[in-house]
Amino acid sequence: MGYKLSNTGFNEYIQQLKERYRLFAPVLESKKGKFAQTDVIAYGEIEKFDDMILESKSYYSPKEIFFPIRETLFYFMKDTIETPKINEKPVIIFIRPCDLNGIRRLDSIFLKNGEEVDFYYLRRRELVKFIMIECLEGFDTCFCVSMNSNIALDYDAVIRVEENVVSLKVVDDKLEAPVLSNTDKVEFEPEFIKENKVKVTIPNVDLVSKETFNNDIWKEYTSRCIACGRCNTSCITCSCYTMQDVKLSDDKSIGERRRVWAGCHVDGFSDMAGGHNFRDKNGERMRYKTMHKVNDFYKRFDEHMCVGCGRCDDVCPEYISFSKCINKLNEIVEEGKNYD
Amino acid sequence: MSVNRKVVTKNAYRISKKRNKTALRIRVPGGHLEAEYLTLIQSVANEYGDGSVHITTRQGFEVPGIDFDKIGEINKKIRPLIESLGLDIEVTDYGYPAAGTRNISACIGAEVCPYGNDNTTRIAKRIEKTVYPNNFHFKIAITGCPNDCIKAHMQDFGIICTTEPQYDVSRCISCEACVTNCTKKVTGALSMNEFNVERDTDKCIGCGECILKCPTGAWTRSETNFYRLVIMGRTGKRNPRIAMPFMKWATEDVIIQVIKNTYDFVDRHIDKTLAKEHIGYIVDRVGYQVFKDEVLESIELNKEIEIAEHIQWNGYYYKQDNQFRKQ
Repeated sequence: MGYKLSNTGFNEYIQQLKERYRLFAPVLESKKGKFAQTDVIAYGEIEKFDDMILESKSYYSPKEIFFPIRETLFYFMKDTIETPKINEKPVIIFIRPCDLNGIRRLDSIFLKNGEEVDFYYLRRRELVKFIMIECLEGFDTCFCVSMNSNIALDYDAVIRVEENVVSLKVVDDKLEAPVLSNTDKVEFEPEFIKENKVKVTIPNVDLVSKETFNNDIWKEYTSRCIACGRCNTSCITCSCYTMQDVKLSDDKSIGERRRVWAGCHVDGFSDMAGGHNFRDKNGERMRYKTMHKVNDFYKRFDEHMCVGCGRCDDVCPEYISFSKCINKLNEIVEEGKNYD
Repeated sequence: MSVNRKVVTKNAYRISKKRNKTALRIRVPGGHLEAEYLTLIQSVANEYGDGSVHITTRQGFEVPGIDFDKIGEINKKIRPLIESLGLDIEVTDYGYPAAGTRNISACIGAEVCPYGNDNTTRIAKRIEKTVYPNNFHFKIAITGCPNDCIKAHMQDFGIICTTEPQYDVSRCISCEACVTNCTKKVTGALSMNEFNVERDTDKCIGCGECILKCPTGAWTRSETNFYRLVIMGRTGKRNPRIAMPFMKWATEDVIIQVIKNTYDFVDRHIDKTLAKEHIGYIVDRVGYQVFKDEVLESIELNKEIEIAEHIQWNGYYYKQDNQFRKQ
């Protein structure tokens, strides 16, 4: 059902949803930017409509809401283990189409990658509903159209925010609320962005060869990338994690096991017993990430992992552009170009 | 020609080597000015000077080759420049009041530099308003971070902008980027313990590098900015030396108050038989403890502040410390 609400009316709707849900949206975290006197836009819990930041892209993706940066899987004491309880109040995330498509990628990794589903992911993921934010302009670094992730249809509700008018379409009946019954009903279908400033061409996955891996293109990134890992931590689809066993007693029989985000650009990611490291050079890490995002994932799940949100471009302190990298990759694969 | 030398110097003109020629000195607190005023400086240099401009060590401009009798005319002309700098002096057509306390200089600071922990020009202008005009010989500079690009350690008062890093363990991925950086580049204040970062508050100098390096925002800045105040550094002939830390984790208000009180301290203790006595030598003469007690008197200190119990300045005296021999 479609509705047209004033800002006040929509805020009323948010208040009524809040009784049943925790609501997350991009918010302004004042003075929490890394540079002095700067703010950061990040996903956070909102109290009211005004808390939502719609004019900028969030620095971090919404994945941390249900895939926490650090998560205790269980506590152990000698022979017993206990899984910690989580907050079971359902969650609503206000999300743009690219990110919503990104979450399908996360679902593929955690829930459809082999026979076992990830219990810890699933129990949080099941609590989540999505209200999509119509996104017609995008931002400078976005390339969702090239990645076919500009259109998302698996939302539970969708909004269009205009000057003092919010159009709302509710798909999931659970997101109906009393305030809507007194609201003007309208036909509302979201539109989608048709063109970004940035465009990429993904090379044909069948043409990628060993030569692609050995191409000099990656050497440039060895000299430029500083392996800080921001591209990984800001990415909506990066889902790698590592395990930490924390010992709380001297005999190590009491403690906790937790999982923590890991990133392929970060030192230690591919460390092996004996001190070996598969990808010592930063260019090799860039290659590994690139091939996962626009090649390997596709072979398994029939869609590319990267959704073109452009956050990795936004956050890179060395101004490395992933979209530029994809286009270079296309040149070496499709045109046989060699970068020096 | 008759020139009242003292009046001229107090008006920011200097006696130059060239007889009958002076040089206009324009101080720029915090070292930042609107570009349009460069044209004004240019026109003074072309019309009244020898067409050249010297950029001074304390972030000012010096326009040489000016006739003494043009001072009045020039002062009227540079009035808009003085006004634009927001100096809290009575703006008149009579130019800069000067000498004694030197231009409050600053690095470019947090307006531009990623390492900057605060807006250094803003602080410079605030201090300028507090202390100007003053005859006492003080050198004050503000640097945006402990890299100390402005060389706060060569000043009587060097203000180093810092932040107290805040650690949110729930956002930490144990990547150790902060620890590695702090160990290699800073003071080694960070270490890993069971996948968590521990910060040694005695070693931490508040540079904020851990915040810059963190890929998840586990490290953020403190709400209040803090400052390390290093004091009584100097160049000069008798005993050049580096400034030493007097207080750390001080607030801006405390720093301003300390500087104010130091002017009163100097007024009480300066050797009036000398043409001028430099603050560092006064502190040497009366002792750090007296200085400390007097300048801290009646100041409401913030709870985070730490103050040096003793200070041992080193530096060197030419005769004593230099074992030179003819080769």
